[in-house]
Amino acid sequence: MNPNNYLILAAILFTIGVYGVLVRRNAIIVFMSVELMLNAANLAFVAAARNTGTLDGLVIAFFVMVVAAAEVVVGLAIIVTIFRTRRSASIDEASLMKY
Amino acid sequence: MNGESVVFWVSGTFAVVGALGMVVSKKAVHSALWVAFAMVNIAVLYFALEAPFLGTTQIIVYTGAVMMLFLFVLMIVGVDSSDSLLETIKGQRLLASLFALTFGGVIVASIASTLSSPSAGLAIANAGYGGHLQAIGFLVFGTYLFAFEALSALLITAALGAMVLAHNERWTPRKTQDQLQKERTFSNHVTPLPAPGVLARNNSVDTPALLPDGTTSIESLPNAFRGEGQVSKSNSIEEAGK
Repeated sequence: MNPNNYLILAAILFTIGVYGVLVRRNAIIVFMSVELMLNAANLAFVAAARNTGTLDGLVIAFFVMVVAAAEVVVGLAIIVTIFRTRRSASIDEASLMKY
Repeated sequence: MNGESVVFWVSGTFAVVGALGMVVSKKAVHSALWVAFAMVNIAVLYFALEAPFLGTTQIIVYTGAVMMLFLFVLMIVGVDSSDSLLETIKGQRLLASLFALTFGGVIVASIASTLSSPSAGLAIANAGYGGHLQAIGFLVFGTYLFAFEALSALLITAALGAMVLAHNERWTPRKTQDQLQKERTFSNHVTPLPAPGVLARNNSVDTPALLPDGTTSIESLPNAFRGEGQVSKSNSIEEAGK
């Protein structure tokens, strides 16, 4: 099978993630789209590692997963904090930096 | 068609379906489940790509921890569909679709137009370290040790940051039993709020109770289910008559 197929699949998943970030209003769904983009990048890393026959791509993908886990924890904590003050998880209503 | 192509086409299609379902779903909970589905399928692709360690990690970290964290936060924030599908910026959806299509088209076209060499495979690289897991372990704790140490610092910082951000300071003194009793006595509800309407057909708490005049009582529902579009319609008189 053409090894480029995996990269094309990763590109499609990344594009869907980009569309989700641009269109959705709910902060949590925007966040899920970011996660999807990270996953697509990981898929490209793993596919490239196999194509070239080196293992570094796998380790980088593993590190990306760790960074994503840390990012999710902080991001969701921010969403919960915003929800506490504004009673809404919509990104339109968090347009002001204060009040 | 060999086994790998079958896995690729089946799991790849499922992953794209899951991603599209996430973007299209109105309710955030459905989106979360679609993403979890997509991530499991990406994990299957990792197995097909000779990376069983990453496939396992993907399932444990992403579908097991990250998506369940998303679901927890959805339960805190409330499962009400706060996502209005109205456009706040005129033409945003159209422009976003155009941008995404162009972006995806350019990447896919550029990848598709490159020549592909046959995949080298990981067997030789693994054999150099004496096995797949040994190789990953050597790279993580050897070659990339500093990155690994930095990541451990990042994780601790993130955990602390989340604790600080999500910490809820008590600004008002705790109410005494006396105050609570007085509040209740002078409120409109001296008695407890009505219980959810549970019928033989429906046993869930999102079913509102029926009032004597046939309308439903919103007060019988938990707060999380009071939003627009969350109330189950199955308990209304019209439905029950069918």
